[in-house]
Amino acid sequence: MYLAFFKMKFLTGLQYRAAAAAGMATQFVWGIFGILLYKAFYETNASAFPMDFQALASYIWLQQAFLSLYFVWIFEEDIFQTITSGGVVYELCRPMDLYTMWFSRSVANRVSQAVLRCLPVLLFASILKRPYGIGLPVSIHAAFWFFISFFLALFTVVAFTMLIYISAFYTIQTNGIRTLAGGLVEFLSGATIPLPFLPDGVRTVVELLPLASMQNVPFRVYGGDLSGNEMYAKIALQLFWIIVMVMLGKWLTSRALRRVVVQGG
Amino acid sequence: MRLYWKYFAMHLKSAMQFKASFFMMLVGQFLVSFSVFLGIHFMYLRFPTVKGYSYQDSLLCFAVILLSFSIAEIFVRGFDAFAGMLANGEFDRILVRPRNEILQVLCSKIAFTRIGRVVQAIAMFLYVVATSEISWGVKQILTVIFMVIGGSGLFAAMFILYAALCFFTTESLEFMNIFTDGAREYGKYPIDIYGKKVLWICTFLVPYTLVQYYPFLYLTGRRNEWWLMFLPFLALLFLVPAFAFWKYGVRHFKSTGS
Amino acid sequence: MIEVEHVSKTYKVARRDAGFVNALRALWHRRVEEIRALDDISFTISDGEMVGYIGPNGAGKSSTIKVLSGVLTPDAGKCVVNGKVPWKERVEYVRHIGVVFGQRSGLWWDVPIIDSFELLKEIYKIPDTTYKDSLDELVTLLDLGKIVKTPARQLSLGQRMRCEIAAALLHRPELLFLDEPTIGLDAVSKLAVRDFVRRINVEHKTTVILTTHDMQDIEALTKRILLIGHGKILRDCSFEELKAEAEGVSGGSIDEIVAALYAKYHI
Repeated sequence: MYLAFFKMKFLTGLQYRAAAAAGMATQFVWGIFGILLYKAFYETNASAFPMDFQALASYIWLQQAFLSLYFVWIFEEDIFQTITSGGVVYELCRPMDLYTMWFSRSVANRVSQAVLRCLPVLLFASILKRPYGIGLPVSIHAAFWFFISFFLALFTVVAFTMLIYISAFYTIQTNGIRTLAGGLVEFLSGATIPLPFLPDGVRTVVELLPLASMQNVPFRVYGGDLSGNEMYAKIALQLFWIIVMVMLGKWLTSRALRRVVVQGG
Repeated sequence: MRLYWKYFAMHLKSAMQFKASFFMMLVGQFLVSFSVFLGIHFMYLRFPTVKGYSYQDSLLCFAVILLSFSIAEIFVRGFDAFAGMLANGEFDRILVRPRNEILQVLCSKIAFTRIGRVVQAIAMFLYVVATSEISWGVKQILTVIFMVIGGSGLFAAMFILYAALCFFTTESLEFMNIFTDGAREYGKYPIDIYGKKVLWICTFLVPYTLVQYYPFLYLTGRRNEWWLMFLPFLALLFLVPAFAFWKYGVRHFKSTGS
Repeated sequence: MIEVEHVSKTYKVARRDAGFVNALRALWHRRVEEIRALDDISFTISDGEMVGYIGPNGAGKSSTIKVLSGVLTPDAGKCVVNGKVPWKERVEYVRHIGVVFGQRSGLWWDVPIIDSFELLKEIYKIPDTTYKDSLDELVTLLDLGKIVKTPARQLSLGQRMRCEIAAALLHRPELLFLDEPTIGLDAVSKLAVRDFVRRINVEHKTTVILTTHDMQDIEALTKRILLIGHGKILRDCSFEELKAEAEGVSGGSIDEIVAALYAKYHI
């Protein structure tokens, strides 16, 4: 059932071939600028650089390649529409859990967009001269855990966006909340600058937040910046936040739906 | 002009219908660009200088670019959201009204929430004025004003170009982000730190250095040729092909209707 | 006076078949199909006439309206409305026409109706006295007194349609296009809209072109009908003639008559 959803999304995604090509070109340029910027800092003062340069380059390219997986600004207008227009009543007639359905739909949407785009970006990044391109994962061990936390991070992002969708049950205009959340996540998830570049005090606090369980973890595992016990702890934290946010989301949904049903939409 | 203010009042009224949401968007917009500022701030905490540029230098560049971008966005936002106007038939309606279509598109959206960014850009300016070693005279102030005028015009041209492309395809325009959002993001440092090639591209292909790097050199006393301060006006010329292309797009639209 | 001679318009549409393999194939090349939206259309409408323009979905109705309102430039043919070519002098031309798109709103969503009207006054540069007169008249005839202070989003569909029509007439156009004006309206609102359209046609000599799927609209309002299918004008006659033509096929409701006609012309 969820597979069917996934397939449909994927096919619609495929239709936009030019969009995909343009998106990739954009990602190349952003990636290159990112690298050039950090290179300038690295050349000015290498000793103050908190990460291995290769690890940073990998971080940036992964960020570009998987942008649509972790970018919080991607919302599905349909879902907001369904909620605000009261059309959610029809969704309730379908034989499946609403939260699960929207959750898998969002995952499918993000994955289908990423699948098309990531390969060319990764390919391009891998032919760049070292250390400016993307390196291989530092070890098979790292690759394995990268893989695990990669998906956990995706689920964290989706669980977070679900909370924003659900907020539409409680307020008509969601633009405000969306922008607000986007702004926060941008910085606190390590999208603006990788979290290791933050001053230590700020960093300790930020890394505990659910937002740091997004791209921050897998991308740093990949480059070897995060390893050993610290890595295990971070992955456990990812799991913890997913569970918390999903439970919260489900609870809020059922609460909101009870209201909808009672009031008759 | 009178019509523009009418529209302006109308948008303000609409926005005020949802005060809570409006306010959150304002704060959100502010947060987005504030996070960029935090990024710069934390980078310079770690590295006192980069390629000979200081924290103040970066803030100055960022303030100019952010202010230009926000001004352009507030007023030319209609072009940025143009794909939607084509899709929902709103542009058809514009064509059945007896006013210039550019004016009507301009008026269709006014993004007040970007005020948050303007405030931030001005705050950064004030900080730079207070702490940097630039001795502020008439020439310096004029240079900054020229930079913002040229920058707003250049960003506006990019938005118009984007809208004109929407007439031909709506699905492959993400690359235009490079010239708008990208320029805003990476314009926060003097452009030459990205290297000579980028400097060349941003001078001859898309003239961002004309509103940022070269006048900036003059402003900070790194170079002394007086004409550098007038370069932003050269960037305004970019509006000419943008408008021409837009006109061409409208003609195309009228012959395909899609 | 509307004169349309031999107007044609062709669109290109990208096609894709279902299925995964075809989706992949479409990445490389696309099949383009040509659709003749308007195929050698000619007709003349005199001042003050009220004409119903009917045909199934996709027959070319809205393309015609778009050509006549200056939004679309045809590939070939001549079209002169009140001495002007619609797509040539757009700004000057559209000052004299009013358009109501039944399925999209031209009103400002979040502000009171009266504010939308004020803005239109500015857009059409309507002189103060003319504006006051036509506003008074429209408010009375369409019974808008109670609702002009309400934002559009809070109005019912019928109330909103009345406001849409008022908005299209504020500048006293000589020519009015109504694209499905009664779609989704309840019986009372439909009657009110029909009644009003008839009145302005009689009192102001406004030429009205009406497209609709509601045959009762046509019967109630128009003497003359243009039937279009596959981009061609198939019939140009009175409603009675059209009715008589389908008489043998069915004696039932108007909808059945039209369905029989569509079948007869294979559209």
